[in-house]
Amino acid sequence: MKWKVRIEIMLKENILDPQGKAVKGGLNALGYKNVADVHVGKYMELIIADTDNQEDVNKQVDEMCQRLLANPVIEDYTFQVEKMEG
Amino acid sequence: MKFAVITFPGSNCDRDVYHVTKEVLEQPTDMIWYNDKLDLSSYDCVILPGGFSYGDYLRAGAIARFSPLMESVTGYAKDGGLVLGICNGFQILLEAGLLPGAMKVNDSLKFVCKYTKLKVINAGTPFTNRYSKGEILNIPVAHREGNYYIDDEGLAELIANNQIVVKYLDDEENPNGSVVNIAGICNKEGNVFGLMPHPERCAESILGDGSKDGYELFASILDYVNKRGEKCG
Amino acid sequence: MAEKPWESEGLTKEEYDMIIDILGREPNKTELGMYGVMWSEHCSYKNSKPVLKRFPTEGKHVLQGPGENAGIIDIGDNQAISFKIESHNHPSAIEPYQGAATGVGGIIRDIFTMGARPIASLNSLRFGELDDEHVRYLFAGVVEGIAGYGNCIGIPTVAGEVYFSNAYKGNPLVNAMCVGIMDHEDISTGRAAGVGNPVMVVGAATGRDGIQGASFASDELTEESEEDRPAVQVGDPFMEKLLLEASLELIKTGALVGIQDMGAAGLTSSASEMASRGGTGIELDIDLVPKREEGMTPYEVMLSESQERMLVVPKKGKEKLVKEIFSKWGLHAAVIGKVTGDGMIRVLNKGEVVAEVPARSLADDAPVYQRESRRPDYLDEVQNYDLSRLIEPTDYNQSLLEVLGSPNIASKEWVYQQYDHMVLVNTVVLPGSDAAVLRIKGTKKGLAMTTDGNGRYCYLDPERGGAIAVAEAARNIVCSGAKPLAITDGLNFGNPMDPEIFWQFEKSVDGISQACRALNTPVTGGNVSFYNESPEGAIYPTPVIGMVGLLEDINLATTHHFKDEEDIIILLGETKEELGGSEYLKVVHNLEVGRIPELDLGLEKKVQETCLEAIKAGIVKSAHDCSDGGLAVNLAESCISSGLGARIKIETDLPPAALLFSESQSRIVITVTKDNLAKVEELAKKHAIPFTKLGEVMGDRLIINNLIDLEVEEMKRRWQESIPSRMEE
Repeated sequence: MKWKVRIEIMLKENILDPQGKAVKGGLNALGYKNVADVHVGKYMELIIADTDNQEDVNKQVDEMCQRLLANPVIEDYTFQVEKMEG
Repeated sequence: MKFAVITFPGSNCDRDVYHVTKEVLEQPTDMIWYNDKLDLSSYDCVILPGGFSYGDYLRAGAIARFSPLMESVTGYAKDGGLVLGICNGFQILLEAGLLPGAMKVNDSLKFVCKYTKLKVINAGTPFTNRYSKGEILNIPVAHREGNYYIDDEGLAELIANNQIVVKYLDDEENPNGSVVNIAGICNKEGNVFGLMPHPERCAESILGDGSKDGYELFASILDYVNKRGEKCG
Repeated sequence: MAEKPWESEGLTKEEYDMIIDILGREPNKTELGMYGVMWSEHCSYKNSKPVLKRFPTEGKHVLQGPGENAGIIDIGDNQAISFKIESHNHPSAIEPYQGAATGVGGIIRDIFTMGARPIASLNSLRFGELDDEHVRYLFAGVVEGIAGYGNCIGIPTVAGEVYFSNAYKGNPLVNAMCVGIMDHEDISTGRAAGVGNPVMVVGAATGRDGIQGASFASDELTEESEEDRPAVQVGDPFMEKLLLEASLELIKTGALVGIQDMGAAGLTSSASEMASRGGTGIELDIDLVPKREEGMTPYEVMLSESQERMLVVPKKGKEKLVKEIFSKWGLHAAVIGKVTGDGMIRVLNKGEVVAEVPARSLADDAPVYQRESRRPDYLDEVQNYDLSRLIEPTDYNQSLLEVLGSPNIASKEWVYQQYDHMVLVNTVVLPGSDAAVLRIKGTKKGLAMTTDGNGRYCYLDPERGGAIAVAEAARNIVCSGAKPLAITDGLNFGNPMDPEIFWQFEKSVDGISQACRALNTPVTGGNVSFYNESPEGAIYPTPVIGMVGLLEDINLATTHHFKDEEDIIILLGETKEELGGSEYLKVVHNLEVGRIPELDLGLEKKVQETCLEAIKAGIVKSAHDCSDGGLAVNLAESCISSGLGARIKIETDLPPAALLFSESQSRIVITVTKDNLAKVEELAKKHAIPFTKLGEVMGDRLIINNLIDLEVEEMKRRWQESIPSRMEE
C-alpha cells in the first residue's frame, strides 16, 4: 500500500522567528494592519510505499522527523498520513 | 602533528583549511572523503570545514551528520580526539549532537560576509591557548545560518562549564543575532570546538585587511599537540 | 503542422525556406525547434556577427579568442586564465533570484569546461531607481540569487558594479563574469573529434525546464512575459559544485576529447557546436538521456535547458572511467551516442530517427544580417544642451553630500556583504576598491579584475562611451597595481531591428575596439544581449567591460584608501570643464545630457603607464581612478575608506562645480610620502603627462579650497546609509 504523508515543521513557539517577523512587517506595510503574527515553517510531502499498516507509517515518519527532517532543539513538527488510491 | 580535513559533498572551504595547515602551518595534512568510514586515531586533529554540505537544503549540516565518516568522527571525539568545526563544520557538530544547541537563520535573513570583532572568553582550550582571555580578535564570518540558539538551561550550563570560547564583541558586532553573542563553543571536555567565524581566512597577512588572528588558532592546536607529546614522551 | 510552423519557433519565412534548402525537404517539428533555437540571436549572433568582427582579438597573451566556451590568456609559468562575461537579463526580469542564480551557474560552467578551476566571480548590474517598489524587489532578488549560487558553490564574488537609472526600470541587466585558472596542459575545448568516440551526458537529469529559453532571450519583454515563468530554469549550486569537481577530476585524467556546457538550447547547441568545431557529426538516442520527467518528446529533450548538465566526448574505452568519477560525486554519466564522420546531428528515439540535420547548418550557418543603422535623432538635442546656463550651487558641501548619497556613487556594502568574497583564501584587495586583487597561490603573482560600463555615457555618445568603458576598466586595473591583459565584453542593447539601436550597437563596438587597440587589451570573448526593451522603451546602450590584469608581485597590490597623515596627494592627468553626462548633473540638476568627457587614448595610456611605473617603484601608497562623481568624490572615497581627512588647495580657472564634479578621463589620484614627491614628478615629466600636487592627507575633514569643508564621518554616513535606508523602506 502507498501512503501520502504531509509534514509541517515550525520553529518552537517560544523561539524568535526572524522570517515570520519579516513577513509580518511586509504584510503590515502593504496595509494589512490586522496581521498580528506570522510564523514561517517548512512543508514536506512524502510518499511511503510498500507498507501495509498505518501505525507503522506513523511510527516511521515520527522517527524520520526526530532524526533528520526536524531539529528537535528548535523545531516542532506535525504530520498527517493519508492512504493513496491504487 | 597530523591534521585531517574532511570533505563532504558541498564542502567548499576544505581546500582553504588544507592550505593553512599544510602550507602555512607546514604540518602533514590529509583530505578525507566523507564516504570513507575509517579509523581516525592516527590524526592529532580532525577539522570539519565550511561550505554547504548537501547544499544545506534541509538545514545546514543536517544531512552531512549521517555520512559514514561522521560515525568515525563521533568515536574519535569520544576518545578525546581534537575536533574543530568551522562554520558549516560547526553546524554539523550541532546536528550530530557533539555540541549543544542549534542554528537558526540570521536575524537579517541575509547571508553576511565581513570581518567581525571577537572576544576570547576561554583561552584555556587546545584551540585557543595562544590567545589571552579578553583578547579582541578580527576574524571574518560568512554564513546565512549562524544564529546560535540554546535554551536558558543549556546556556547556564555552557557558562557554568566555561564552554563559551569566543563571543562577538558586542551586540553591534554580532552579525546574526546569536544568543548572548556566542560565536563559538566547546564541549564539556574541551576537545570539540565549533565556531562560525573562519580562522583559515585570516591566517596570512597578505589577505584582506591583513589580520593574522586566525593563524594563532591553528598554532594553538599545534602547540597543544606538541606539548601533549612531550608529556607522553 | 500549423499553417506557419516557423512562427512558433521564432523564425521568418525566409529562414524557413533556407532550412528546406539545406534539408531538401520540410523539417519536422523537432528539427524546426532545433533550428529555431540555434538560429535565435542568443545562439547565432545573426544580427551582430558582422559588427563583432571589428574587435581586435589577437595578442601575444591570447591562447584562445572568441568562439569557444570562454577565452584563455597566458599568464606565464605554464599557467593560464580563462574568463568570460554573460548576460541573464530576461530571466532575471521575470524571476530575479533564479534568473541571476542560473546566470552565475552558466558562466561558471563555461569556465570549468575550459579546464580551469573558477577562482572568482564578478558582475555588472543595472536597475531602475530604488524609489520604485518593484525595482527594489528585483534588486534584492538578483543580489540574493547571485549570493545564493556563488556562496554555495564556493566561488568568491569579488567585484562588480551596480547602477540605477529609470532606463532600466522595466528591463534590469544582470551580467555575470567568471575567472578561472589552469595549467596549460589542462586546457580543454568543446570539440567532438574521433569518429566512434562515445558521446556522454553527465550531471543533472533532463526535465522540461526553460524550453525555448534562448528564443525567449531574443524577444522584447512584454506585460505577458511575467506569465512566461515556466521558461525560467531553477539552479542547483550544490549539483554544480559536484559537477565542477567531477569535471576537473576527469579533465586531469587526460581521457577527454571534448567537453561542453549544456546551457542555452541544451543538447541541441552542445551537440551541434561540438560536432561543428570538430568537423564531425553526432548520433544520439534521446531514449538514453537520463530524464527527470516522464513522457518527454524528442522536441522537449533536445531543447530542454535543465541546468547543471554537460556533454562530454571521452576517448573510446574510457566510458567506465567517466562513470566512476561521476559516480564518486554522486552524479549521472550516461552514454547517449557516438561521434560520426558524416557531419550530421542524427537524433534517434529507441533506434528510430526523429531528426537528422547537418551540424554545421545549426551551429555556424545561421543567416547573417547586416542590419540597417541610423544615427538617432535624440543625440543632437542631448549633446547640444547648453550647460553654461546652469546655475552654480550655493553650497558645495551640500552638493557633494548629495552626490555621495546617490545610490550610483554610494557604498555597495549592502550588496557585497551578501556575497562570500573571501572563500578560496585568495582575496587580497576586498570589494570596494578600484579592482579586486587575488593572489595566485604558489607564486609571487596576482590577478586584478574589474567590470566597468557607463550606460548614460553610451546613451549620450555610444562610440566614446564604449571607449571610456575600456579605458576606465584599464585604469582600475592599473590603480590596483596590475598590467591590463585582455577583456571580455557584455553588450546589452535594445531591439537591433530598430536602426537607431543598431547604430548605438555599432558605434559602441567601434569605441571599444579603438580603446582595446590603443591599450593593447584584446577581446577574448563575450556576449550580446539584444531586445532589452520594455513597454517604456529601450534601455540605455550598455556595453560592459570585464577586464583582467596581472601583478608580477602581489606585494605591490594597491588600494584606494589613504594610508598615513602627511602623505602627499597627487593628480596625474588633468581636470577639464566636462560636466556632460556626469553624476553631478543627474543628482543636482536632474539632467542626463551634454557632451561626455573627451578621451585621448594616447594620454590615457601614458597616465596609466606613469601610475604603474610608480607603483612598481614601490612609492605609491594609494591609487584611485578619478571618474564617476569627479575629483571631489574621488577624494571623499579615499577619506571615507581610511577615516583620514585631506587638505586640498588647487589653483584653477575652472568654475567650482567643474573642478569638483567634472568627470574628465585619464585621471588618477595617488598618494606618496613627501620624500617621493620629486620621483613622481620626474616620472610624470618623462611620460609628458599633466601633474598636480593637490595637497596632503591630514586630520578628519576633507577641505577643498574654500568650497568643501566636511567631516569624514558625515560624508561616510551619507555614503554608507544610502542604499540600506532605501532598501529598508
